[in-house]
Amino acid sequence: MTEILFYSFAFIAIISAFFILFTNNVLHAALALIITFLGVTALYVFAHAEFLAVTQIMIYVGGIVVLIIFGVMLTNKAGTSHYKTGSTHRFMGAVVAIGAMSMLIYGILKINFKAIERVGQGGIEELGVGLMTGYVLPFELAAILLLVALIGAAVIAGQDLKNTENK
Amino acid sequence: MSTILFFLPFLLVFTVLAVYAERKLSAFIQDRYGPMEVGYYGILQTVADLLKLLQKEDIVPKAASKKLFLAAPLLIFIAVFMGFSVVPVTSGWTGASIHTGVFFLLAIISLDVIGIIMAGWASNNKYAVLGAIRSASQIISYEVPLTLSVVCVLVIAQSLDLQAISYQQGILITSMDPQAKNYLFGIKALGIDITDVGGILSWNIVRVPFLLPVWIIFFITTLAESNRAPFDLPEAESELVSGFQTEYSGFRWSIIMLAEYGMMLLTSLLGVLLFFGSWNTPLPNVGVLRLADWTTGVPGSWLGHGWTMFWLISKALLMVALQMWVRWTYPRVRLDQLMTLGWKYLTPMALVLLFVCSVWRLIMTW
Repeated sequence: MTEILFYSFAFIAIISAFFILFTNNVLHAALALIITFLGVTALYVFAHAEFLAVTQIMIYVGGIVVLIIFGVMLTNKAGTSHYKTGSTHRFMGAVVAIGAMSMLIYGILKINFKAIERVGQGGIEELGVGLMTGYVLPFELAAILLLVALIGAAVIAGQDLKNTENK
Repeated sequence: MSTILFFLPFLLVFTVLAVYAERKLSAFIQDRYGPMEVGYYGILQTVADLLKLLQKEDIVPKAASKKLFLAAPLLIFIAVFMGFSVVPVTSGWTGASIHTGVFFLLAIISLDVIGIIMAGWASNNKYAVLGAIRSASQIISYEVPLTLSVVCVLVIAQSLDLQAISYQQGILITSMDPQAKNYLFGIKALGIDITDVGGILSWNIVRVPFLLPVWIIFFITTLAESNRAPFDLPEAESELVSGFQTEYSGFRWSIIMLAEYGMMLLTSLLGVLLFFGSWNTPLPNVGVLRLADWTTGVPGSWLGHGWTMFWLISKALLMVALQMWVRWTYPRVRLDQLMTLGWKYLTPMALVLLFVCSVWRLIMTW
């Protein structure tokens, strides 16, 4: 039963990913991206990575896709054909994609999965303690990076506002 | 998992009655009668409205993006309804058994923005688009203080599981962990053991008095999250017709309304679960009067199910009534005031309170 569910969710994720590749409509692609992310979320759940699954929903579906949709909708109108895209640089794209895929396959084949110990069930506690002890430096660095990005965005947006006020 | 059998019919009945209650309540606040014609005291008014809505034609504007327009209301409702999956109903009847319950709930609720933007954009109507943009920016900015206020409770509770948080707030705390103890105001150093007294004294809001301002932030943000007055800018009738739902009619419009009332119920339930003792009784054990024991029952027994469901639902309905009261008492805020309130006041306040709650947590186990 679990295997059937696992493979059906994987199938959904792959199908919607292919849909993103082959559709011309940016908005439909963004909505298919939601389905891909939710499919991957389900795979995380089957891998007992509950926290990762919920984080995936919160950040990728609730944050990033919403931003993409916002961008598409603010620049286009429904019913018009402006949001159609084509594909360019097909050859280079194929080379890069095949290269990345062969690297991934090579890496996955090299991992000895049996040697990896399974850590905890949900693992929120271990994760929290780990973030505050062993991995505190990367954690804080990421936080500073985000803060810098936030301030930068505010400054850039503020400059624009000042210019319009001066006019 | 089986709580859907309770929540789906309950949500439908709740919505019908809540719409009636809202109209009556608004009428009383404005010193008039409200619906009086259909049934005794107008009680069947919403049923009549519902029958009318279901018979209406399902109109899709010609210039709309048809598939998205048709799917959007369902998406909004699904996002809200999925939040109910982790909410426990009684002491013995829990939702989906995941350890990250609250986190999941907050994450999944935030998906209804996608449905709202889709509905507004697919309508191809400037009022709808403006309403959708307002709604999305409002929901995204109020999610920050909302999450922070929830985190304040999680710091105290040390758990993300709603059922575990519920058990902590009453006399049944020992059935989860025999060693666990509840102290007055949560502070061990005071030495007043209330594990066996229970009642209102063991609710989070009394255990940590600083949670009262946290709850006020939580309540304000949930009003904004469910797009209700004084934060109902997305559907401000006087400027935007009905915002993102302008083009919807009949059944699909009623699905959007169902989602809005579902959101009200869900946020009220969450508020009760986190702050007001969940399904625990407010009555404490006083000497021989074992009021808390009598009005809690044994988990899993019929009496236990009955009492705990009664307390949870009646507290949540009180919260819904409070939301309605606020709606019909306060005027709508302006868009810039709304953003100022969210970012410049509520978010810093929630951050300070988070710090205070963390310190309190340290004092609790002194």
